[in-house]
Amino acid sequence: MSAESSNAPTRPARAAIRYVALVALAVTILFPVYATLVNSVSTPVDVSRGFRLWPRSFEWDNYSRAWNDGRFSDYIVNTIIVTVAITAGQVVTAIAAAYAFAFLQFPLKRTLFVLFLVTLMIPGEVTILYNVATITDWGGKNQYWALVVPFLASGFGAFLLRQSFLQVPSELREAAFLDGYGHLRFLTRIVVPLTRPAIAAMGLFAFLGAWNQYLWPLLVTTNDSHRTVQVGLKQLAAGSVDQITVTFAGTVLAFMPIALLLVVFSKQLVRGLAAGAVKG
Amino acid sequence: MKRGRKRREAMLAYALLLPSFGVFGVFVFYPFVKNIEIPFYRRSSCTGLGVRRRCDRTWAGFDQWRDILGGDDFRHSLWVTLKFTLMTVPAGIALGLLLAVVAHQRLRGVTIFRTIFSSTVATSAAVASVIFVSLFGPQTGVWKWTIEGTPILQHPTWALPAVAAVATWQSIGLAFIVMSAGLQAIPDDLLEAASVDGAGSGRRLLRITLPLMTPTLFFAFVVGSIGAFKTFAEIDILTPGGGTRDSTNVLAYAVFQEGFVSQDQVRAAVFAVGLFVCVLLLTLAQLRLERRVKYVG
Repeated sequence: MSAESSNAPTRPARAAIRYVALVALAVTILFPVYATLVNSVSTPVDVSRGFRLWPRSFEWDNYSRAWNDGRFSDYIVNTIIVTVAITAGQVVTAIAAAYAFAFLQFPLKRTLFVLFLVTLMIPGEVTILYNVATITDWGGKNQYWALVVPFLASGFGAFLLRQSFLQVPSELREAAFLDGYGHLRFLTRIVVPLTRPAIAAMGLFAFLGAWNQYLWPLLVTTNDSHRTVQVGLKQLAAGSVDQITVTFAGTVLAFMPIALLLVVFSKQLVRGLAAGAVKG
Repeated sequence: MKRGRKRREAMLAYALLLPSFGVFGVFVFYPFVKNIEIPFYRRSSCTGLGVRRRCDRTWAGFDQWRDILGGDDFRHSLWVTLKFTLMTVPAGIALGLLLAVVAHQRLRGVTIFRTIFSSTVATSAAVASVIFVSLFGPQTGVWKWTIEGTPILQHPTWALPAVAAVATWQSIGLAFIVMSAGLQAIPDDLLEAASVDGAGSGRRLLRITLPLMTPTLFFAFVVGSIGAFKTFAEIDILTPGGGTRDSTNVLAYAVFQEGFVSQDQVRAAVFAVGLFVCVLLLTLAQLRLERRVKYVG
């Protein structure tokens, strides 16, 4: 601090430089999204006349066209159904697995834990050949369950929750069992409430991953009635030139829900995403 | 009595693990093992897939592995993947670090900038790609970006850097969050002490911040590389088919092309195993170096 105050005269200048840097970087990062927003309320003719910082008109009709003609009403609803199911499923299975690995003793514990970690090293691309075949055999093409079931477990989620379950003081555990708590009551009354931030972070992480899925929905859906928003967006973008503004509106519809969610849960998000990084 | 309790505890543990292992067994381990099996049998001798797959079991040994792994297409895809990784990962880390350093100060309103810098986590690979296509694409683009008269995304040399730029932009948010977390873990008094000793901001960055952030940088490099090796949506939307002269046909995309477009299961399976080995090597490198980095740091 003393060094800072010794060059006090230059301080406002330095702050100004910092603000200029911050603003320049922010504008660069935001520009593609901003251009998308402006174009999403323009007419195709306006768009072809060149970019304006402020839209020449507000064609809200683009949004209703993306919603109705572009089938985004279906895509968004499908994506919400699939995403909520995957998130709920992953949270439940990860809590169950993390509890076993953190609090219980059983034969083959180490081996099973290593197998959990191995799943993190196998990219989805390596398993799609047979997974598509399995799902097709089970009659899962264009079914919600086919979009959900393969993702109901998460090695990463279980690993993350195990780490925070291990932080629960062992005295609490002993006290709970002396009070006659069973495993279920200990889990629901003590472990889950104590580790809620970690569970929220893991859930948010699962939600983001599920919402943004691309390859799997591309392979197991062939019609609009079950297609999810990321794949539907590609479909819309392949449309004709006079539809360009509708594509921009669809793009906004695809990321807005997530953007709003992230504003609300930014703390959990940062926690979740940075979890591995700091310890790394 | 005690043995009974131990057994009950083990039973409970298995019951708790069963849902996860059910999913992993059917959708991770089984298809993984089967995928490795495919190339050991002659191409012509199998019909159907999955349960309906029937093979007259002509063992081919390592012949098909050798042909495909030694062939031009696999080597080309591996090379494209490596180039793509080198274009995206270091740039992403450098940008994330730059943003984290700039935003890591006590300035009024800095929270707004932190939100903006992390905002691209809200965009998926598909959203980022569609934005780019809509703004710069060959058919519908607002500004049709051409190089030497060829649309950038159809250019044999410039399509890959363009895809890399989109992927890097999309990854900035995550890189910023990770780098900020690493930066916040550095004790402030260490930097203040250095500044009392007369170290300028450049020196502080090079001599204190960067060395202390080595674990974070390394982590970001490995995780980023694994992500880059699995890139799919950007390729499929920006350069459908894998680009002019396969210039953007990365391994993950080649698996899809061979398996579901050309319908050649054997080639797809070998490409997939190639991808897995790359990811495995990266992960093992992380585990190994993590220990060494910790000693140094």
